[in-house]
Amino acid sequence: MKTFKIGGVHPEENKLSAGKPIEVFPIPQKVFIPLSQSLGAPSKPVVKKGDVVKVGQLVAQGEGFISSNIHSSVSGTVTKIEDYPGAAGYRSPAIFIDVEGDEWDESIDRATDLKRECLLSPEEIVARLKDFGIVGLGGATFPSHVKLMVPAGKKPEYLIINGVECEPYLTSDHRLMLEHGEELMVGISILMKGLGVTKALVGIENNKPDALSHLSKLAASFPGIEIHPLKVKYPQGGEKQLIKALVNREVPSGKLPIEVGCVVNNVGTAFAVYEAVQKNKPLFERVVTVTGKSIPKPANYMVRVGTLVSALLEHSGVNPEEGMKVIGGGPMMGKALTNIDVPVVKGTSGILVMPASASKRMAEVSCIRCSRCTTVCPMGLEPFQLCTESERGFYELAEKDRILDCIECGSCHYTCPSGRHLLDHIRVGKAAVAKMIRARAAK
Amino acid sequence: MNEIIIYSMITLAGLGIASAVILYFVAQKFKVIEDPRIDIVADNLPGANCGGCGFAGCRNFAEAIVKAESLEGLSCPVGGATVMGNIGQAMGLAVEASEPKIAVVRCNGSKAHAPAKVVFDSASRCSFAHSLFSGESGCPNGCLGLGDCVVSCSFDAIHIDSETGLPVVNDNCVACGACVKACPRSVIELRYKGKKDRRIFVSCINTEKGAIARKNCEVACIGCGKCVKVCPFDAITLANNLAYIDFEKCKLCRKCVAECPTGAIHELNFPARKEPVAASEQTDAAV
Amino acid sequence: MNLLTVSGSPHVHADQSVRKIMFGVIISLIPAMLVSFYFFGLSAIILTLTAVVSCALFEFLIQKYILGNVPTIGDGSAMLTGLLLAFNVPSNLPVWMIIVGSLVSIGIAKLSFGGLGKNPFNPALVGRVFLLISFPVDMTSWPLPQSFSTSLTDVVTGPTPLGIVKEGLKKGDALTDLMQQVPDYVNLLLGNMGGSVGEISALALIIGGLYLLFKRIISWHIPVAFIGSAFVFAAVLNFANPEAYVNPFFHLVTGGLMLGALYMATDMVTSPMTPAGMLVFGAGCGIITILIRVFGVYPEGVSFAILIMNAVVPLLNKAFKPRRFGV
Repeated sequence: MKTFKIGGVHPEENKLSAGKPIEVFPIPQKVFIPLSQSLGAPSKPVVKKGDVVKVGQLVAQGEGFISSNIHSSVSGTVTKIEDYPGAAGYRSPAIFIDVEGDEWDESIDRATDLKRECLLSPEEIVARLKDFGIVGLGGATFPSHVKLMVPAGKKPEYLIINGVECEPYLTSDHRLMLEHGEELMVGISILMKGLGVTKALVGIENNKPDALSHLSKLAASFPGIEIHPLKVKYPQGGEKQLIKALVNREVPSGKLPIEVGCVVNNVGTAFAVYEAVQKNKPLFERVVTVTGKSIPKPANYMVRVGTLVSALLEHSGVNPEEGMKVIGGGPMMGKALTNIDVPVVKGTSGILVMPASASKRMAEVSCIRCSRCTTVCPMGLEPFQLCTESERGFYELAEKDRILDCIECGSCHYTCPSGRHLLDHIRVGKAAVAKMIRARAAK
Repeated sequence: MNEIIIYSMITLAGLGIASAVILYFVAQKFKVIEDPRIDIVADNLPGANCGGCGFAGCRNFAEAIVKAESLEGLSCPVGGATVMGNIGQAMGLAVEASEPKIAVVRCNGSKAHAPAKVVFDSASRCSFAHSLFSGESGCPNGCLGLGDCVVSCSFDAIHIDSETGLPVVNDNCVACGACVKACPRSVIELRYKGKKDRRIFVSCINTEKGAIARKNCEVACIGCGKCVKVCPFDAITLANNLAYIDFEKCKLCRKCVAECPTGAIHELNFPARKEPVAASEQTDAAV
Repeated sequence: MNLLTVSGSPHVHADQSVRKIMFGVIISLIPAMLVSFYFFGLSAIILTLTAVVSCALFEFLIQKYILGNVPTIGDGSAMLTGLLLAFNVPSNLPVWMIIVGSLVSIGIAKLSFGGLGKNPFNPALVGRVFLLISFPVDMTSWPLPQSFSTSLTDVVTGPTPLGIVKEGLKKGDALTDLMQQVPDYVNLLLGNMGGSVGEISALALIIGGLYLLFKRIISWHIPVAFIGSAFVFAAVLNFANPEAYVNPFFHLVTGGLMLGALYMATDMVTSPMTPAGMLVFGAGCGIITILIRVFGVYPEGVSFAILIMNAVVPLLNKAFKPRRFGV
């Protein structure tokens, strides 16, 4: 079975909510829609205080090349546009909407029938994704229309669809593949058309045999789409690792996947693409896994963007306790929340609750040079070295040791028997090296 | 027996002479011609190689002085006026008068004033914490208290007070500016040391609106502007909900200190006031 | 207000720690320890215990009273050093000597460099070589094994198989005659021969080594390269002149080669970080071992070989980088 070659770890899977069908989460009383939900520049609000909005109505316009539109996830009145604390505790502008009823924009097709044929041209598809605010739902929230705009001189060969879901605990993509397989397939075909490729490879780890067999059956009637089972190994969902596993090509250091003729999209994104193109539905809700060993009811919810995490936790029966850690995303790459009253955004794939007993890191002791970090690094780096270089401020050396190749997957920290804060220091080093390179370029 | 001694002496002496000759010619051949004044200037410098002057080390600074043929804009923060005076004398150049400075920590969000709302559990490094979250107290501008400044200091002049969780600058400070650069939130500023070490400054750099700032920290500057109005020297400006005292204009009259409703303006090393000041009970924490 | 914990990713950790690694190695040494207790009796037990206790004690005392650190004896690394040091000396060594050896191992070879993880040389081997050079007589008079004996005084000492061969060849005896004097291969594998406490039974050490491999505490690279290169080099010599050079299998099962290849050379702190570096390191150890055994003054060369290769580890780390992705 295929997988990537260098490094990798096998964290406990703990897919507690794998058997839980996607439930529609009740619409909250109030939503907080942050204006910065994708990579790139924050969007500019096009509504003002007192405006009445419908579900799916454009509320903020993307500005600049890498930026995306944002739509209202509820119907109601805009009460204010003000700074609101995000997951990290830093405040950024958000649109506050008081919910009244659930009135959808008329253009949205709410019927559940499957629409297979896509009548749009590739250019229209790209424009549609831009207008409807589709971003990568795998976590990085890169605007999808930008991914489809292939730079001149590059030729895409494969559309790679990421159904790996290598993060432990998370099951949102898994459920989506099981419950919305047909829509997904149509979404993939649309992406293929938009990109102008004839082949799409869907990579799914073989810990999801049900999704594998379901999609394989469906793929028979969709020309050009192949389903590939992959050996379970973290971080297979990293785009460079996934490309290596599926087509055995290595994205050169510092380059994008298009360099080797690949464009990677997540299954969640493909589903959003289907809804946007076939059903005229902008991206304003997504599947969020709420999970954790101490949670009474791990579940997968279809959640409107702007719903507070605290509402999700309450619905799942979580009692906030001291020392608990609430993570937006999975345990390997997710971000710990500073506050549970933060809104779900387009990039929220899951909410993981760690009880107080499991949320503290182990005590840090000396590096014993066991070389495990080097063995597990999927990019073939030497994390122990990069960590020391960053700690001491030797950024030129760190640059030579390719610190910028680090994909921040966290395998090094995960495996370190000394509990060293490897990734923390490497992150600081990456930022410092990037700054140093920018300063050099400016000269 | 004697022969052995004589032969070995002759051999050794011969080797020594031959090496000396070779060394002499090699030294001549590879001689680096350097301005002798560089050594003179370098001898006058403290030799700490702190980089506070903006050059990589004391010798580079000396080279720069000799090359520039003037002392304009060049100053050794460690040695201060004395050292620059000596160099000026040695080089026959005019010395710019510069007032001595010291690092000032502009945050008073101690553990008591700005209680923690989350528990941080990662590498003890401000630059990392700054990129991770807004801080344990929730203040996005305040001191994170993890000691990047302490690590950066070559003079043992800044330490974290375990009680307040804030850095404290001591008299070793030579205003080299390493901590200013190390702090990811620009909490530390180099300000005039002041006569008799007397200084007045706003011990807060939070730019959020007053109510929000106050929620995280009870001694935050709320941007009310009272100090601006009371200042007779136009030394205080208000921008982004934050007052700033220009140390070049401030005459240390202390009017603003009494006026500040949250006690965000600090005065240091002043004698006790005659009449008690109601508004600001100073904590020594922010020294 | 409930205080949430905030930390950088990742938020889960493999079930591993330094302590687990150290105690894993100690567990894997149990078979060899039992064999030595069987053949050398009470004196081996006393020696091993003394070394373990004195190493732990020296680490504690030095860290607490000289360095002013928080003592880290809980991680088991000092105990492991003590155990390995005891395994590398004859069982009838005076107890005070092993205490001196422990002090050198912990005090000089480990803590003076900054403690666990910072020592360039394997502490147990430094202690052993210090003892070997300081007390050559005591360090080279090996008691002959006998089934479990509690006697501490009347032990019969004799040379190790390697010593028999080395001395014999020097005197000009024929190799075939000398091979008659050493135990047969079954006894060599089981450990029924003269030698240091823990090195005698190749079989017990291999069992422990397999446990380490199974537990992924060590990787295969160093032992395979070490044993393989020693075997190949000895085989070449043997092939060139079977009269002068012994059978390569003899080299593998005698002396400290197994102990060295599986436990001393694989010490994480003092071995290279990449598989390629490990292979070169192991090969260097194997070749130097045979060089010393065959052409050197000492009959045994594993300790010196490993210490010499320890010295080049920083260079190996520079020379052999892991294969980078996308380069």
